[in-house]
Amino acid sequence: MTKRLFVKGNEAVAMAAIEAGCRYYFGYPITPQSDIPEYLSRELPRLNGEFIQAESEIASINMLLGASATGVRAMTSSSSPGISLKQEGISYMAGSELPGVIVNISRSGPGLGGIDASQSDYFQAVKGGGHGGYHIVVLAPSSVQEMYDLTMLAFDLADIYRMPAMVLADSVVGQMKEPLVPNKRPAADLPDKDWAVRGKGDGEQRVVKSLFLGDGELEAHNWKLYRKYQELKARECRWEACQTDDADLLVAAFGSTARIAKTAIMMAREEGLKVGLLRPITLFPFPERAFLEATERTKKVLVVELNTGQMVEDVRLSVARDAEVAFYGRPPGAGSLPTPEELLEQIRQHY
Amino acid sequence: MAKIVIDEIRCKGCGLCTLACHGKLLSLSEKINIQGYTPAAITFPEKCTGCALCAEMCPDVAITVFK
Amino acid sequence: MQQVFKRPISLKDVQTHFCPGCHHGTIHRLVAEALDEFGVQGRTIGVASVGCSVFLYGYFDIDVVEAPHGRASAVATGVKRARPDNFVFTYQGDGDLAAIGTAEIIHAANRGEDITVIFVNNTTYGMTGGQMAPTTLVGQKTSTSPYGRNQHKDGAPIRMAELLAQLEGVAFSARVAVNNPKNIIDAKRQFKKAFRYQVEGKGFSFIEALSACPTNWGMNAIAANERVGSEMADYFKLGVFKNTDNM
Repeated sequence: MTKRLFVKGNEAVAMAAIEAGCRYYFGYPITPQSDIPEYLSRELPRLNGEFIQAESEIASINMLLGASATGVRAMTSSSSPGISLKQEGISYMAGSELPGVIVNISRSGPGLGGIDASQSDYFQAVKGGGHGGYHIVVLAPSSVQEMYDLTMLAFDLADIYRMPAMVLADSVVGQMKEPLVPNKRPAADLPDKDWAVRGKGDGEQRVVKSLFLGDGELEAHNWKLYRKYQELKARECRWEACQTDDADLLVAAFGSTARIAKTAIMMAREEGLKVGLLRPITLFPFPERAFLEATERTKKVLVVELNTGQMVEDVRLSVARDAEVAFYGRPPGAGSLPTPEELLEQIRQHY
Repeated sequence: MAKIVIDEIRCKGCGLCTLACHGKLLSLSEKINIQGYTPAAITFPEKCTGCALCAEMCPDVAITVFK
Repeated sequence: MQQVFKRPISLKDVQTHFCPGCHHGTIHRLVAEALDEFGVQGRTIGVASVGCSVFLYGYFDIDVVEAPHGRASAVATGVKRARPDNFVFTYQGDGDLAAIGTAEIIHAANRGEDITVIFVNNTTYGMTGGQMAPTTLVGQKTSTSPYGRNQHKDGAPIRMAELLAQLEGVAFSARVAVNNPKNIIDAKRQFKKAFRYQVEGKGFSFIEALSACPTNWGMNAIAANERVGSEMADYFKLGVFKNTDNM
């Protein structure tokens, strides 16, 4: 019989990191993600790993940069204000083509905002949150099981594409407990890390850097990064399509909001409304083709987000030319999580 | 018997070596090197003791010392 | 005749971008000599910072990770924790270490990370064009303190070697200068002591090296070199501020 556990989403992230072979964690406390460092501070020393509670999020992302430069699997986690501080290091990691996993159990903003569930960091996550025009892999789990599975996937994608990968969730999936099947680390064809610093010995000098001053060097480097993003778009898009085949209206939502939307869709189906859910799992690369294909048949899309409209822009860029895209959003904060009934009403309006 | 070899191409003509030499044997030459600097040169090379203080002082590791 | 002075093996045989009379070149050589002395070149990972010192990998024949501005000691922490058998050092300027990277250096030192930090203090931001640094002397004119550093508005220059010596995690802290042969010979000794702490796994070691910056000080190389020994060494006293082996 398959072992099933009953754990919090944040714990699932920490467990998955260990299963994925991550032995180095650097972080700084912030609600609502502190279960992750708490778990790893307990478990990593037992596995001869290293846990450092750093002096800041800036220090922790740079410790991740350093560890990752040596070729080991390493991670950090935080929540929105802390992720803002990490953007400097994420940009340098992107520029230096370093893998590494960053978990954002995001909270509401701007500023100190609040600790409630939020999807306001979508733009920051998928558009390259720091300077310099880059992307990172962004995965959006909507269940405890996905918190686990997608964290392991984040490590693999980071290693395969030599770039940072983010797990973007919020307190709904981070703090809730659900049954979890602690899957084994999946087999993956991972490239050799022949770029990692190790002390040159008698070999060639290795340098991990993002400074390119030679004539044409930086332009070529940027085109190289761009090709990786194109490759990701071609190969790594993931999404869930639920009851979309006969749908007259598609609801598009990710992460925690998609859970509420799914309940609303079931209720709509009971009323005889043909509604389906299209849930991006990879936010970068965004599943553009899935939206294009689905809207060649279904011409109405309702995007639901816990913000004033962010992913909706990517949906609008992806859908068939004659599709109508409507938006319903709630800016995050205490009491702003929509109910299934509320979304059902939106479905009725836009059907 | 000692001698120094100044890499005239590397020398940036800062003159710090001239401060280090006890015998005041080093000075900047009149000619300009490929970098546009006036490199250091030794006068009375036969008086060089090979103490290597000029080389220690040179920020560009442009002086080699033999003894 | 035998060659009695030659370029250390760890230092590449290339031209540097440093200005004439800049002490970075000398400090680079002393670091390379210490790497050679302990035979650790092959297992060394250097961490470069942002500023004139950024091209570490161009001058040292070792593996290098380039850190964001001020973060070298955090990056080095990650490197060393992941590869404890490697020799890990950072090379940082005063803007990098004593301004934007203050939190990182203090906490790396306080954790007693088993790394060596080389801190080059030239009282100015060299790469960006001679702006006021946390180490700029009171009264010193820079491109952002055109009336001279005002202690009441800008604070007094920070003495990092003394400050870090206060921390329990620090095994060794010293300040050296390379403005004359005597100081260079002494600096060599201190570099070797600092490196020995890490080679023997005895914790965090720190060397502050005073450096001339003729270009941004608006001086010729000789005058700038002279300033290191007078004005600078007057405020930034040379010496060993912590040496736990002798305690």
